[in-house]
This record gives sequence, structure tokens and C-alpha cells, in this order.
Amino acid sequence: MSDFDWLFFIEVLVGGLLSGVMYSLVAIGFVLIYKTSGVLNFAQGAMLLFAALTFVSLTERGVPFALAFAITFAIMVVIGIAIERTVLRPLTNKPPITLFMATLGLSYVIEGAAQLIWGTQVHGLDLGIEDLPFDVGGVFISQFDIFAAVVAAGMVAALSAFFRYTRIGLGFRAVADDQFAALAIGLRLPWIWATVWAAAGLVALVAGLLWGARVGVQFSLSLIVLKALPVLVLGGFDSILGAIVGGLLIGATEKLAEVYIGEYFGGGIEGWFAYVVALAFLLVRPSGLFGQKLVERV
Amino acid sequence: MTIFSKFKIAALAAGIAFTVALPAAQADEQYFPLQSYRVGPYAAGGTGFFGGFIDYLNLINTRDGGVNGVKLTWSEAETQYEVERGVEAYERLKSNPNVAAWNPLSVGIAYAMIDRITADKVPLITINHGRTDSTDGRVFPYVFPLLLNPYSETSGIVNYIAGKEGGLENLKGKKIVVLYHGSPYGKETIPIYELLAQKYGFELQQIEVPHPGNEQQSQWLTIRRAKPDYVVLRGWGVMNPVALKTAAKTGFPVDHIIGNVWSNSEEDAIPAGEAAKGYTAITTQASGAEYPVVKEIVKTLYDAGKGNLEDKNRIGSVYHNLGIVNGILNVEAIRIAQEKFGKRTLTGDEVRWGFEHLQLDPARVEALGAKGLFHSINVTWDNHEGNGYVTFQQWDGKKWNVVSDWIAPDWALLRPIIEKSSEAYAAEKGIKLRTAEDAETATN
Repeated sequence: MSDFDWLFFIEVLVGGLLSGVMYSLVAIGFVLIYKTSGVLNFAQGAMLLFAALTFVSLTERGVPFALAFAITFAIMVVIGIAIERTVLRPLTNKPPITLFMATLGLSYVIEGAAQLIWGTQVHGLDLGIEDLPFDVGGVFISQFDIFAAVVAAGMVAALSAFFRYTRIGLGFRAVADDQFAALAIGLRLPWIWATVWAAAGLVALVAGLLWGARVGVQFSLSLIVLKALPVLVLGGFDSILGAIVGGLLIGATEKLAEVYIGEYFGGGIEGWFAYVVALAFLLVRPSGLFGQKLVERV
Repeated sequence: MTIFSKFKIAALAAGIAFTVALPAAQADEQYFPLQSYRVGPYAAGGTGFFGGFIDYLNLINTRDGGVNGVKLTWSEAETQYEVERGVEAYERLKSNPNVAAWNPLSVGIAYAMIDRITADKVPLITINHGRTDSTDGRVFPYVFPLLLNPYSETSGIVNYIAGKEGGLENLKGKKIVVLYHGSPYGKETIPIYELLAQKYGFELQQIEVPHPGNEQQSQWLTIRRAKPDYVVLRGWGVMNPVALKTAAKTGFPVDHIIGNVWSNSEEDAIPAGEAAKGYTAITTQASGAEYPVVKEIVKTLYDAGKGNLEDKNRIGSVYHNLGIVNGILNVEAIRIAQEKFGKRTLTGDEVRWGFEHLQLDPARVEALGAKGLFHSINVTWDNHEGNGYVTFQQWDGKKWNVVSDWIAPDWALLRPIIEKSSEAYAAEKGIKLRTAEDAETATN
């Protein structure tokens, strides 16, 4: 044990935690939709791709950064409202699996539309933050990852404040708590759903920009959802805090596993190891760390 | 992008074969079924490659009226790079008459087609990829990994690194990490790197990146701890820019990363931004639009609004030029076969014969307007790769620049290993080894 390289361990751990923040960013989009409508929105990855592709296509056409961000956000809001009107509303009260399948189909439609409108080319995205390391006592930490963590923290704080201190946020919490009770007291469910889809669009845009700057704006951005699923299982599908903690745990665990036990399995284990952790956790705590326990009266 | 072209993409996405030039059952036509991928995760590569291939076929039709009067026709079916869609496309397109050759540009689809095209007696071209042992024409009469198989690529990369170190003898004591894609494609070269490490005395570590490769923090921290002299990047798709970015993030010098032939495109470097500056990768065909054949394509097709690429800025890109070279090799195989069988529509087996005599020396390559674009090829009945030469290009932040001479892989070293593998395959499948005499006859 005396030969154990603690500095390297810390470096892997910190890198994993920071990667986990990136997973959390995607997971938050799922949580928002699930919390209010009980739908696991599989199209979140496609929305992320669409947002990033729209933004980068606009900036490449000379639109200034802030304006491109605003236009893309507006487009995401429109898409969110359109999804609510054309897909979710007609399927109200249908079984969850129907809604899930609808979002699965939706993801293909959005992916196809993204390539149809903006083309199939791969784009670079420079947010002006260098992805170079700085040395903290021998541990290399990425500037970009720190920036992403700050953005994620800011977004969680903003979303928390929005849902805690605004009327819409109050309505959101009421709907999340009990849809039928919320309807009974006169809350406009479609309006709240549309707002939540718009918020999920904003999350998709921010996550899309950060992931796009990291891996390039390309089709595989939509596969990022696969990184968010174990995070949701671990943290709970309806908890923003769970998405953050779950992301950190999954990020750190998969990186440590890859480095320290990967070689015993032939390497390349982090892709599935996160799911092993999630499945194991599912057996012990099906609702996740922070998810609401489902109690049904029969 | 025009409305028509958008509709075309939408139709392709829906899996509808889109006929660009009519493959009608007429005399003096030679048909290419194209299992292309213009949508989906690998669309950037697919549009470039198939764009270049179609551009060259179109050039031959427009400029020369076809190959000795035989018009070239083609139609596309969208695969999205998925094996089952590729096989479905094969079943759909194979009924068209006068099929010359299949060119799926996909390892998975190619593997799934080997038995089928062998029964059909139609060549399957896997330029720069495919299974290494299909180089052995004694066992795989209809499969052609033209220019470069994975083992030759490995040898070419090791020879290049040796050149940078002052000779093969100086590899002793050096450390090389191979970062490979977690797929059959990525794993194909594991044994040959081990063999070369043993032969030349360098230390080797091979690290897998799980598909799709959008997270590589742990792999690059492991690399940083290993302190290698070089990292060979055997990636695909998103794995490549992420590798370059993560290398920068963990402080590994980019000019000591050597990319393989599927990590060498603009699509691999551009998303990595500054982190890709100085990155070097192997290639069989140089990029750039300065070659006479590319200029002619621009003049004849793009200036007349008939080019296949939507974005003219992609003319001369790595995938576009690979498509053009693939077009040259297909067309020349037909031309060579016509010399023997007559200037008419050929059967697939006759085209196979043409590929098995596809010998283009540098003088012929120059005559075709491709001097500098690729070096040469020398396919024979039992060597279906054709001893392609490789060169290395470096990314300057905007474009690739060639930084080496044409380098020959160590074919003599590789051939016995390839034969051992192909003979084992033949024994397993009960295939009788072909002879030179067998190869000379072709079904008409």
C-alpha cells in the first residue's frame, strides 16, 4: 500500500467528479420533464443535439454569440411547446410506456430534422475557455471542466430559485406533487408542462454547448443520454439534487473502476460499469438516492 | 442546400433507394450499387466518400462518355452505417443488372456480405479497411481491401515512428501506447502491434476506449502515468476529437500522437480546435484540391452545378479524395477487364478479373491526373491489397499538410501472418485454395 500513488488516485477522482458534472447537466433535463409529467423523455439527447447544432450553425453564419444563444433558446421553447401540444397532450392519461415510446420516436424525428436543416457536417465549438490543465499540487485539473462545474452549479441555483420563488415554480411543484390535485385547484397543466419543456430546452442548450465544446458538435451528441441514464437510476428520476449527486458518483466510480480494475476485464469497462453500479443500486433502492418513493393504494 | 437535395436526404433517411443515374437494363452500362450513409452518426464521412466516388463516376461519364463507351450508372440506399440496413440494401440493390462491384465503406456491412458476394461472384471493395486476411486472394477471391489493410497500416505507422527516431533500430527501449476503439475494427491490430513490439524491442501498451468514445479521461490519465514516447490513435468518429482534446487536457504533446487511417479526416481534427494543431495521421491519399483530377471534377461538374457535395468547401477533403481514389480504382479495374473481355458491359466475375490485374504504376497514376494524390497499386490474383504506399499528414489548425515521403509497409513480414490467418479461415469454412490458373478464368 505504501507504493500506492495517492496523487494519481486524487487526479482520477477529481477528473471523474468533474466528468460527472457533465453527466448531471444532461440528467437535469430528464428530471424536469419526469417530475411534472412522469415521462422519461428519451428525446432529451436529440434536443441537446438540435440546440447545439442550431447554435453553432448560427454563429458560423456570423450571428453574435449572445444573439445566437437567444435565438436558439427561443427555438427550443417553440419546440418544447410544440411537443407538448402535438405529442404529450393527445397522450394524456395514456400508460407511461406509451409516453416513453412517443419520446423515443420523437428523438428520431428531432435527430433527422437537425441533420435535414443544418446538414451532417461536424463542427468545432469554441466557447473561449481553453481546455488546458492547471497544476494544483501535482494534480492536473482542466480549466474547462471547472468552468462546466460552475455553469452547472449556476444553472441548478437558477432553476431552484425559479421553481421556489416564482408563481410558475410553485405551480410546477404542485403538479410534481399531485397532478390531479393541481388540476382540481385550477392550475393550468398544459401551461406548466409547456414551461417545463421550455426549461428542459434551456438545459439542453447549455448542456449541448458544453458537450459540444468538449467533443465537437456532431450527431453523437445525442448519444450523451446514455451517460445520463445510470445517473438517473442512482440519483432518482425526480430529483435535481439526485441528478447532481448521482452524476458525481457515477463519474467518479466509472473512472476509478476503469483505471484500477479495468485491466482485469480487458479494459474499456467504464461504458458498462456505470450501469452495473446503477443496477446494483436499483436492487437496493429502486427509487434512487433522492427519488420519491412510490406508494400506491390498492 | 436546395429543397430538392433536402428532399433527397429525407428520402434517403427513410431508406428509399435514390437513383441518380438510371440503372435500367440496357446494353453498355455498368452499375454500382451504393450502400451509402448520408444521415446518422457517420454521415460526415459517408457524404464525403460517396460524394467523391460519385463525382469521379460522373466525370468519366461526362468527360469520356463512360469507360470505352460503357456508361456508368449507380443508385444509393441509405444504411446509416448499420449492418442490418446494409444487408437489406444489398438484397434490394443486387437485383439491378450489370453490377460491377460493391463499395459499402463499412467493416460490419462488408463482413456480413462476404459469403453473399462470393456466391454472387461480384467484387466487394473495402478500400483501406476490412478484414486483413482478405488480402489473400487464394481464399477470398472477391474481396479487395485495396491500398491498405489494417496490418499494413500498423507497419506503416511503426515505420514512420522509426523514421522520426532515426531508424528501426532506435525503436528499442521506446514506449508506444495504442489507444483503440472498443470494437472488432479497433481490436483487429492488437496481435500485429504485439508482434512488431517484439520484433523491434519497443515497449507496448494497448488501451481500449469504449464505444463511442466521448469520455476518455481515465485512459489519458493512464497514458500520462505511463509516459509513452508516442500514442497511436486507432479511433473512429467522435472518439478522435475527444482523444485530442483529452490529450491536451492531460498535458500529452499532440505532435506525438499518430492517427490511423480512420482518424485522419477534417472531421476528426476540426472539433478538437487548438488541441489538434500538430496532430499527425497516416493516409493513403493526400488531401487538397490541387491535383489535376480534382481540378477537372471542379471544372466539369461543380462549375456546371453537377457536383455531389452540398458544401463546395469539402472538395479535396480527406473523405472526398478517398472517394475519388476509390472511383479511379473501380473505373480502372473495369477498363483493364475490358481489354481482355471486350469493350462491353462486364459480369461481376469479369470485373473481379480486372481488379486482380489492377496495376497502376506512378506513371499511369500521373496520366490519370492523380500524381501526388496516391502513389500506386499493384493488385494480383493472390494479393488483393495491392501494396499501397502510405504518407503522413499534419493538421495545422485549418488543413492537412503532407509531412513525409511515401512509405512502404513491411509486406514481406506481414504476408506469412496473413496467410496463416486466411488458411485457418479456409480450413474452417472448407474453402479450397485458389490457384493462379483458377483466377484467370471468369464467368461471363
